[in-house]
Amino acid sequence: MMQRLWARLTDRLDPFLFAIVTAIAALGLLVLFSAANETMSRVVSQSQKVIIAVGIMIAIANLSPQFIARFGVPLYVAGIVLLLGVAVGGEVVKGARRWLKIPGIGNIQPSEIMKIALPLILAWYFERHEGSMNWKNFAVAALLVAVPFLLVYRQPDLGTALLIGASGFFVLYLAGLDWRIIFGGAILAGLAFWGAWEFNLLHDYQKERVLNFLNPQQDAQDAGWHTAQAAIAIGSGGILGKGWLNGTQTHLEFLPEKHTDFIFAVYGEEFGLVGGALLLVLYLLLIGRCFLIAANASTLFGRLIAGSMTLMFFTYAFVNMGMVSGLLPVVGVPLPFISFGGTALMTLFIAAGILMSVATHRKLVNS
Amino acid sequence: MSAELRNYDQELFWFQRRLTLAAALVVVCFLALLGRFVFLQVVQHRHYATLAEANRIDIQPEAPNRGIITDRNGVVLASNYSAYTLEINPQKVANLDAAIDEVAKIVDISQRDRRRFRRLYEEFRSNDSLPLKSRLSDEEVARVAANRYRLPGVEIKARLFRQYPFGEVASHVIGYIGRINQGEKERIEAQGLTASYKGSDYIGKVGIELSYEKELHGTAGATEVEVDASRRVVRTLSRKPSTTGNNLQLSLDIRLQKIAEDAFGTRRGALVAIEPSTGDVLAFVSRPGYDPNLFVDGIDPQNWEALNTSDDKPLLNRPLRGAYPPGSTYKPFMALMAQELGVRTAQQTISDPGFFRLGGGYWRDDKVGGHGVVDLVKSIAVSCDTYYYQIAAETDIDEWAVFMKQFGFGQKTGIDIDGELSGILPTREWKAKRFPKDPKLHVGDQVSLGIGQGFNTFTPLQMAHATAILANRGTVFKPHLVKRVQDSRSGEARLTQPTPAYTIPLKDAHVDAVMRGLEGVVKEGTGRTPFMNAKYTSGGKTGTAQVFSLRGGEYIASQVAERLRDHAWYIALAPLEKPTIALVAFVENGGFGSESAAPIARKVLDAWFDPVVLGAALKKPADDRNALPPAAETPDMRRPR
Repeated sequence: MMQRLWARLTDRLDPFLFAIVTAIAALGLLVLFSAANETMSRVVSQSQKVIIAVGIMIAIANLSPQFIARFGVPLYVAGIVLLLGVAVGGEVVKGARRWLKIPGIGNIQPSEIMKIALPLILAWYFERHEGSMNWKNFAVAALLVAVPFLLVYRQPDLGTALLIGASGFFVLYLAGLDWRIIFGGAILAGLAFWGAWEFNLLHDYQKERVLNFLNPQQDAQDAGWHTAQAAIAIGSGGILGKGWLNGTQTHLEFLPEKHTDFIFAVYGEEFGLVGGALLLVLYLLLIGRCFLIAANASTLFGRLIAGSMTLMFFTYAFVNMGMVSGLLPVVGVPLPFISFGGTALMTLFIAAGILMSVATHRKLVNS
Repeated sequence: MSAELRNYDQELFWFQRRLTLAAALVVVCFLALLGRFVFLQVVQHRHYATLAEANRIDIQPEAPNRGIITDRNGVVLASNYSAYTLEINPQKVANLDAAIDEVAKIVDISQRDRRRFRRLYEEFRSNDSLPLKSRLSDEEVARVAANRYRLPGVEIKARLFRQYPFGEVASHVIGYIGRINQGEKERIEAQGLTASYKGSDYIGKVGIELSYEKELHGTAGATEVEVDASRRVVRTLSRKPSTTGNNLQLSLDIRLQKIAEDAFGTRRGALVAIEPSTGDVLAFVSRPGYDPNLFVDGIDPQNWEALNTSDDKPLLNRPLRGAYPPGSTYKPFMALMAQELGVRTAQQTISDPGFFRLGGGYWRDDKVGGHGVVDLVKSIAVSCDTYYYQIAAETDIDEWAVFMKQFGFGQKTGIDIDGELSGILPTREWKAKRFPKDPKLHVGDQVSLGIGQGFNTFTPLQMAHATAILANRGTVFKPHLVKRVQDSRSGEARLTQPTPAYTIPLKDAHVDAVMRGLEGVVKEGTGRTPFMNAKYTSGGKTGTAQVFSLRGGEYIASQVAERLRDHAWYIALAPLEKPTIALVAFVENGGFGSESAAPIARKVLDAWFDPVVLGAALKKPADDRNALPPAAETPDMRRPR
């Protein structure tokens, strides 16, 4: 009985993907213990969240892609409603409305739902029009991307808006969006950014982040403090790192947000270049495996959703490590499977679950 | 169906091509990240490692204890004590007056404290906290600590304070310390001493405290601590203790100093006593003095005003910076010179008619009708002017200068405190330079100079130095106030002046003759009355310096008469056979030397040769200066005249 249940649960798991995701999450708990100054409460809390998230991942892996596709429209609609709710009655934290208090459930961040819901509805939509796609379909898809993008951008949360836009764009790209439109759009986006900058459509803090990114040392005591301290942490780690629990930047509180968005600085300080390279390899293995799943998916929905989820993993990892190491401006993106916090963790494990579902339901459809 | 299949294959191909492109992008981006890591962790590692250390490590300076100053017998003249001070950091306070009012509700803040704080604030506009009230009682400390939360910018600090237990006594020798000002800060930086002054707020301002600053100050220590981002100390990494400054043992005998100062009463003047065989300055008096304790934590404007504008000039170091004509105290040196130059012998006599005539000039002797037959010894004993008018007329002033220079006249003695004046030892060249409209040195000028009147001005210190050289028969020691410097670490002490500076070749017979003259002064001459019944032998010479101008100052009718009186001199050495002390007493506007200066010299010599008197000097019941100086009230500097 137990054996059968076990077999039933593990049958739909992709062992390689499962192993790599749990390995990264385990590494994350190790780093978190150091970031939390060797106290257990955060580690325990995060472990619980990981266990729950793994459970959800297994559950989703057992659903068929066709079944998952049906969630696209309702999730998207619910996400839009909640985003509108945030705009009207969201909790104001640090000057932005991002959270919605729902009695009985607690605080939720509707923008997070969109990171899954948008690719789902797009993949579902493109599959419905498979074989007869024309520019009108892409126009509709672009509208589906634009609505949540603008709602999140208005919160204001440029980082999340860009991530949502990116997750939508990935689907469009993989669905075969014309290159001319892609390049044209890129030029337009560049112009739009220039215009927004020039005509003060960006918030001051957003401008400041970009400026800090361009020259973090200039004002190390104030706004560029995060970036400068993170660079000091990583750089002082050297090749082999200062050793686990030995990071001075970490343990003397010089690092901001060291449990969440900047946890990579803790990792870089304590494990050095060797550790950094190891983490890059782990993420490459994860992304590579996911690409294979996408490439071998049996349906268009499967290909599109798997491909966009893969690129979402990549985007998170690249943007986070890029911003912490000073390669990119600071946007609020967690390090996938490592940063402390339940919401992003849930999203990422759901994505992994969907990937597993696509991977393991292939043969069934073919046969 | 086949078209659809082809279509499907083509779609799959396109999809996989796009996927491959995306994978290529992933690899490129990850390589960029790896490159960034290599740049930070390998190329720039050293830079960031340094920054991380700078973040983590804080150096906390530890100010050294200042060296202690004692007199020649080990009596402490300047020491340190630690006390709590209430300080306000002006940077952290929006309204300074309101903040002080708030503090005043908890601790008694006097008007003087307020004024002094204002003055400090205006002088030092620094980022540091400045003391508002020093020497808080334990109860006051507790009260402030309990109310700390509503007193932002107010701090209680334990600081070391300088204390001068004898107050006014020897104030002009010891000097005082004060807060380091901008100019001193720059000087410290220029001398590369910034490291030793880390954490120090005070520096020597005048006197020994200034001139021996390097010895007294010591070296700052430092504690290396690990701090967190909010600069809180996490742990101590290493500690280099501060090095206490060296202790100074003065040549001064504070008992003799006190007796000498008391002997002046309310008179203004100077007294310098030197041990001839060493150059040790035994007493160095400038009256009136001031209480150096007033300056230590910043003087309040009222006291400063009083000290600075008083007609008595209590801040003027008279032995060092007061230059006056020597009057008749110059005669023994003239007598010695005349013998050395070969123009007189001790036996040679002159006949003094009571005046001296040269070229159309006429100079009167003090005594109407003259002193009759006068030899060298008598000329000193009775202070015969004519004898010296003649010597002056028969010799050349530039030759005098060569001789007198050896005795330190018109020269800086090189004593070990700053600000010494050199005085004037006139020569032809000097006259031409000083009076370009009347460049010639007239015979008349020279005749007057023969009795110590005219252009020549010497400091009391120079007079004492010259007397000591005479007493030492030509062997010259640089006068010094600090006898020994004791290393704070090794305890080793070194003499500041172990060997004579040089020796003047003098014939013993010539010196003996002058000594007999000085003895005559005390036995039957101008110093007979003040030195009657002395229990020791001594030699001396009175002098009177004419006052010819009132420099500056307002015209106050009641004071004019006194201020126009002549200055009185008395030089002395004792015992006559082998002097152990040479001194000069100088009384401003004191009239005749025998009336005001000689009695003071007598009191000092009596004490020097009577251990009982000397020993009792500090035990007078009236003297309670060994106790801590009062915190709130200060003595009125305007003393009655």
